[in-house]
Amino acid sequence: MTETATAITGEKARIGAPSIAGFTEEGENLSPLNDPAGSTGRPTVRIPDSSRAGRPTSYKVEDFAPLTGREEDWRFTPLKRLGGLHKEALTGAAPTVEVQATAGVTVETVGMDDARVGSAGIPEDRVSANGWNSAAAATVVTVPADAEDVRVTVTVTGTGLEASAQHLVVVAGPNSRAVVVLDHVGSAVVAENVEIDVRDGAALTFVTLQGWASDAIHASSQQARIGQDAHLKHIAVSFGGDLVRVTPSARFAAPGGEAELYGLYFADAGQHLEHRLFVDHSQPRCKSNVLYKGALQGQGAHTVWVGDVLIRKDAVGTDSYEANRNLVLTDGTRADSVPNLEIETGLIDGAGHASTTGRFDDNQLFYLMARGIPEKAARRLVVRGFLNEVIQQIGIPELEERLNETVEAELAATDS
Amino acid sequence: MSTLEIKDLHVSIETEQGTKEILKGVSLTINTGETHAIMGPNGSGKSTLASTIAGHPRYTVTSGSITLDGEDVLEMSVDERARAGLFLAMQYPVEVPGVTMTNFLRTAKTAIDGEAPSLRHWTKDVKTAMADLKIDPAFANRNVNEGFSGGEKKRVEILQLELFKPKFAILDETDSGLDVDALKVVSEGVNRAQEKNSMGTLLITHYTRILRYIKPDFVHVFVDGKIAEQGGPELADRLEEEGYDRFLKVQA
Repeated sequence: MTETATAITGEKARIGAPSIAGFTEEGENLSPLNDPAGSTGRPTVRIPDSSRAGRPTSYKVEDFAPLTGREEDWRFTPLKRLGGLHKEALTGAAPTVEVQATAGVTVETVGMDDARVGSAGIPEDRVSANGWNSAAAATVVTVPADAEDVRVTVTVTGTGLEASAQHLVVVAGPNSRAVVVLDHVGSAVVAENVEIDVRDGAALTFVTLQGWASDAIHASSQQARIGQDAHLKHIAVSFGGDLVRVTPSARFAAPGGEAELYGLYFADAGQHLEHRLFVDHSQPRCKSNVLYKGALQGQGAHTVWVGDVLIRKDAVGTDSYEANRNLVLTDGTRADSVPNLEIETGLIDGAGHASTTGRFDDNQLFYLMARGIPEKAARRLVVRGFLNEVIQQIGIPELEERLNETVEAELAATDS
Repeated sequence: MSTLEIKDLHVSIETEQGTKEILKGVSLTINTGETHAIMGPNGSGKSTLASTIAGHPRYTVTSGSITLDGEDVLEMSVDERARAGLFLAMQYPVEVPGVTMTNFLRTAKTAIDGEAPSLRHWTKDVKTAMADLKIDPAFANRNVNEGFSGGEKKRVEILQLELFKPKFAILDETDSGLDVDALKVVSEGVNRAQEKNSMGTLLITHYTRILRYIKPDFVHVFVDGKIAEQGGPELADRLEEEGYDRFLKVQA
């Protein structure tokens, strides 16, 4: 690989620039932060809060300071509406879990001391750690090695508004091909930890649907470990609930992995839908692509998207892109969108980010109306089209159909 | 026979420097079956006329009228104009992400006709029209204009023209950015539509070369928001030789 390219146009990435103190030909000399142990290693020097590399991780809730709302990773979240998930013991009954799966898939309920619990991640925030400490048991879904055409649906049904904890582990065995759908319905106040272990050579499509009842409060930390030449397609779809905060993290455990992270959200009046994702490139020759799209309508509809991509010094040959696009349909909404890209090596194939938040494109509307389509229908067509770009990524016809219906129902609410 | 009649049309736009009048009294009558070419230098108001007929919100009609068989077009919304039989082939067709051509064409056809087309005939019509215009069948599953080249976008405009069968088509610099082969294919499409539906055509162009393929009955020369000269096809030949200089000199 002789070509290097990054979307960073600042001095860090200027190829062929005169030598600058502290820089090597591989980029800025940040070796103290680049512990050879990679993402699991503890940095020996203090890393600024702005760097994702310095975010603490721990299984213990007491290792995280009580939240004030001023923390970088909580600054957009209305803590008052978290239902106590960040401070109270989560003693409520966990939502029920029902698993439907093709033959060969094993489903177990295990204690939190099981070896598979903790195999894909360590909590990255206080709510996640609180959930970890409070969970009574974990559901482990295992797709056997080399299995093909596997379909799993995990239905999580909330049955009450007492703060609770939930733990789920999904293991995609080596070289398996599987689709796992995690479907959240009902009413719940829940801190959820989902571990997604994609073993070497496996290809997993993981869809998490947040179609909760309107009073639900849901904080879901979804951590994925991606093995050698493994492929994860993670799709988050949020449209229900009062407050939903999904934080997917993808970590590469070996070279050659690929992570695609897609998201779709539709926030109505008063709803807070937050997605914060992290792609940790610590291994060479891995690819990641992130696309989240959302629509907002109604007074107080609030969406948050934060995309952290960290390309560590060892992650040469990384190819990474992230984008977030928001479509604002009415007045009174707020969309926060923050792409963060940290690059510690210049030897990469690509790294880029994009974020747009805009109103309706009147040119699109004019074009469709000039073809006889009435305004209301034209608007729907454009919104549907906007979100469809993500739906088209799923590749499961019946699920695409269901999401199209969901979008239709949300749009019908706009008209009334 | 239908008639599109434009009378003493004055149109202005809002700019940062204030209101600017672009059309300064345009009168033009087109009957179905006729082809009128509007030619003129850049900035003379040709495209403004096209967009005003289609109802683009950027343009304000300050006086004058546009009627279609006596009906007031200016009173109609953009979609009503299209359903009344007016079609604007745009200079810069818009990309609509996530909406497939198939879905778009069927939705528009249904809106224009007031009922869904018979599925069997429609599919065949679309296929035939695409083949005639040398559009790759795979385009049916692509999103509207997304990633299409300039030439492909223009072909898709003419595809719509053939499928929607308007009474009047306004072609806004459809020839710009087309190579000779594409120009021929697109022109043949316009001629087919005219022959089959006895459509009236308002062909807006800067260059005379498209007039080799689409024969105008009338030629109007636009200068500074007004028609400076009118005539038959021979006027186009003269413009080919002389350019627009003599009009611009008069103006100066």
